[in-house]
Amino acid sequence: MIQAERPLSPHLQIYKWPLAMATSILHRATGIALAVGTVFLVWWLVAAAMGEQAYAQAQWFFGSWLGVIFLFGWCFSFFYHLCNGIRHLVWDAGYGFEKPDAYRNSVVVIAAAVILTVVAFAAGMMARG
Amino acid sequence: MAEFRLPKNSKVGTGKTHKAPAGTKKVRSFKIYRYDPDSGENPRMDTYEIDLAECGPMVLDALIKIKNEIDTGLTFRRSCREGVCGSCSMNIGGANTLACLKAIDDVPGEIAIYPLPHLPVVKDLVGDLTHIYAQYQSIQPWLQTETPAPDRERLQSEAERAKLDGLWECILCFCCTTACPSYWWQGERYLGPAVLLQAARWLEDSRDEKTGERLDQLEDPFKLYRCHTIMNCTNTCPKGLNPAKAIGDIKQKMVERR
Repeated sequence: MIQAERPLSPHLQIYKWPLAMATSILHRATGIALAVGTVFLVWWLVAAAMGEQAYAQAQWFFGSWLGVIFLFGWCFSFFYHLCNGIRHLVWDAGYGFEKPDAYRNSVVVIAAAVILTVVAFAAGMMARG
Repeated sequence: MAEFRLPKNSKVGTGKTHKAPAGTKKVRSFKIYRYDPDSGENPRMDTYEIDLAECGPMVLDALIKIKNEIDTGLTFRRSCREGVCGSCSMNIGGANTLACLKAIDDVPGEIAIYPLPHLPVVKDLVGDLTHIYAQYQSIQPWLQTETPAPDRERLQSEAERAKLDGLWECILCFCCTTACPSYWWQGERYLGPAVLLQAARWLEDSRDEKTGERLDQLEDPFKLYRCHTIMNCTNTCPKGLNPAKAIGDIKQKMVERR
């Protein structure tokens, strides 16, 4: 009998995500978002060095609604990646591995990131006037 | 590069439905992954309606009932039916566990049963574990010594023996390894939680004299360090063990010996 190539059993399609798995994937996603955001930061800095017109263009983008959404996302990515990075440091020190911890410190990281984002963004918007 | 989607020959279709006989009172429906290597067809999901009044309490009882009474072709591994052999590991209701330890009443709604995730399927719920066993062998899971054998047993203090608790209980069901996304994407080179937990078991053993060599073998970007503390292993272990912590301990040992 010729054996057909064995199928691969379903994985991502069927696995129920524990919260800790979602936070891990979000860590990677926000890492990528930060890298992309850094390109925009470079654009802003280069524009500032290039002169008034280029700077005004960049400022216009970051002031538009698309720019504000983008900055908000970048801001959240920054704080989330920071908080979850601290969680990784705690793990590396040997703490927070128990099963209830995995859920609890996921919640703490998400909550901290959301609060820091909102506070920082509100402060930024107020300073802008 | 990680392949998130299933290959063409692995896409799961809809299969047959085996209705419960009329007049059955406590009906529960089980959706079970079926693959017949002889048919050349893609895998499919067959639905079986079972009378729980005539069935034992565990998911394994339901599988045995289906095999005995409805569909003798249904293929799955099982042996001890009490959580010590590790044979009936599978994906039930979206999480990996042992069918013999999972109560039917603990799974809400229609009960979906798949083989352990991301394995080549031999038939139905039987995944091919050859590669994982080879990885297990690669960590040399036996006591290794250099000093001459004493006239009697190699003794351990109570404290030394206690270090093995939480490690020796592993039954090698591989629920954890096949729950790990890192293992899904890098399983060819990453050893996975179950094998690393066993590596930790031999690193912790006060009688073993090859600790340095064992750590040398694990010092590798893929074998050990593909663990990103996703914690699916610890969340899913049907024996309540903690592979994520065991891997964390190995990483700490790597740093400490520098």
